[in-house]
Amino acid sequence: MESYFHSVTLDEKKCKGCTNCIKRCPTEAIRVRKSKARIINERCIDCGECIRVCPYHAKKAITDSLDMIKSFKYKIALPAPALYGQFDTKYARNKILNGLKSLGFDDVFEVARGAEIVTYATRKLIEKGDYKKPLISSACPAVVRLIQVRFPSLIDNLVKIESPMEVSAILAKRKTMKLHHVSDDEIGVFFITPCAAKVTSIKAPYEKDKSAVDGAISIRDVYLRLLNNMDKSNESFELEISGAEGIKWASPGGEALGLGIDNYIAVDGIHNVIKIFEEIEKDRLKDVEFVEALACTGGCLGGPLTVENAYLAKSRLKKHIKDAAKVNDVIKMDSLTITAQKEMKNEINMDDLLLSDNGISFQWKENIKHRPIMKLDEDILKAIQKLDALEKINNNLPGLDCGACGAPSCRALAEDIVRGMADETDCIFKLRERVRQLALQMSELESKMPPVLDKEQANGDGE
Amino acid sequence: MDNSLKLHYEIPGDDFALAGEASSNVKKILTQLGVNPAIIKRVSIAMYEAEINAVIHANGGTAEVEIDSNKVTIIIKDEGPGIPDIELAMQEGYSTASEAVRELGFGAGMGLPNIKKYSDNFEIESIVGKGTTVKIEVWLKP
Repeated sequence: MESYFHSVTLDEKKCKGCTNCIKRCPTEAIRVRKSKARIINERCIDCGECIRVCPYHAKKAITDSLDMIKSFKYKIALPAPALYGQFDTKYARNKILNGLKSLGFDDVFEVARGAEIVTYATRKLIEKGDYKKPLISSACPAVVRLIQVRFPSLIDNLVKIESPMEVSAILAKRKTMKLHHVSDDEIGVFFITPCAAKVTSIKAPYEKDKSAVDGAISIRDVYLRLLNNMDKSNESFELEISGAEGIKWASPGGEALGLGIDNYIAVDGIHNVIKIFEEIEKDRLKDVEFVEALACTGGCLGGPLTVENAYLAKSRLKKHIKDAAKVNDVIKMDSLTITAQKEMKNEINMDDLLLSDNGISFQWKENIKHRPIMKLDEDILKAIQKLDALEKINNNLPGLDCGACGAPSCRALAEDIVRGMADETDCIFKLRERVRQLALQMSELESKMPPVLDKEQANGDGE
Repeated sequence: MDNSLKLHYEIPGDDFALAGEASSNVKKILTQLGVNPAIIKRVSIAMYEAEINAVIHANGGTAEVEIDSNKVTIIIKDEGPGIPDIELAMQEGYSTASEAVRELGFGAGMGLPNIKKYSDNFEIESIVGKGTTVKIEVWLKP
């Protein structure tokens, strides 16, 4: 049996067993049993939608604590670009990066930098033209997992390049080994994450055996300390290494904007993503070259582990983008190539990024696999029979999708019944019907008396 | 014991919001049956195109779907105006769709050619003034 690590988990004490999360889950991965939500591990894609909708804050994400960094000799923080949108614009990007460093890190490596390299590699891929249209971004791990379970025919459309986080981790480690003469296992690289899906992609990657990142600390957990340190400390190391292109990735459309093409779609919010993927599966988006799909509304700025409102954060990010554009003069698309090459200082031949097996390559090590979680049975004949039963049960259910049975819809309950995980009387309306039938039978029986005890009859006979 | 699954759908006319619902349902069902994703894609595109045709040209119709372990059979029937020249209608790019329909992104003249391309067996019967019946078969085993 395959085991699944998930960052998204339940705090049993806080869960009231309501229906908010089961109804919002895009893969129907939650059921309520014994008044507690239960996550079906194989189905969960860690999108964090349930964390967002739970009114009791009973859904949480497992992340690493800041203390974990102590177990490494050389500690590097990898801030997601979404971090910059969390603070008042009076804090410049370098101030934020220094504040982060002062939490106990030896160095900071901007994931925005890795994002620029991924942008560069993606542009190369588009130039070559050898891919299945439309190309779908693989930057959001919840979206990749959604494709794995619900849209397997789109696996081939994914950009099979490492995520900005992985690219940054690999580069940060190489840089440190070279400059500080420490070995690979002495370096701890920690992603400062806006979401749970990234945590899962570190602990249980889908495209390789092991992530280059050693841990994930949530933006929420470092927020207050970081804010305090920014006000206190006067350290000002030069930590900015990314241009505007990389910072833009934090909000929807940012990644696509860097590709220098017009015919792209940028979609955010998991339910909107599903609608676009359905269109692609119908072959309706033939003219589209690239699809940027982010599970959270507001992109990474809207991640469930961020602090600030996504729209406010977006407005703040604009200033950082503008400042970065001023400093690095990378408004023009082509300068991205130049800065990327300068950064690598011949260490990597950028043009070989997509191909090279020797040395460094940011290509996925292996392709991801389809996970057919919706399949009713291994044997198609049995599956047909189960489906036939499912349809009949579904037709008999009230169709209210009330969720009182613990399943997200009547159809999902019907599915659970044929899978042997539920019973028709789990439906309160069906139960009520059965009780009524029983009550009718009882009242009918109640009026009947065994002849030997029937006094009325006896008296009647006696007269 | 019946070893096939029979499904019936009404295709509403002139309602683009609902168009495609039957094919999306069939797609969901094939997924639950564990059919190969590439085959599901072919079935759903072929059926979707036929469904859209019924909506655009014939004010709706019906879809009968039968699934057994070997194949999916889809019969889409309408009582629309019929097709006077099927050979012409089968040509890529040929379309009689109205401007309004084209503005919605339909009517590129790829409907029938796509259905043929994605199905293993395709039959079409049409009588002018009576209606059109399209039969699509896709094998589930390679």
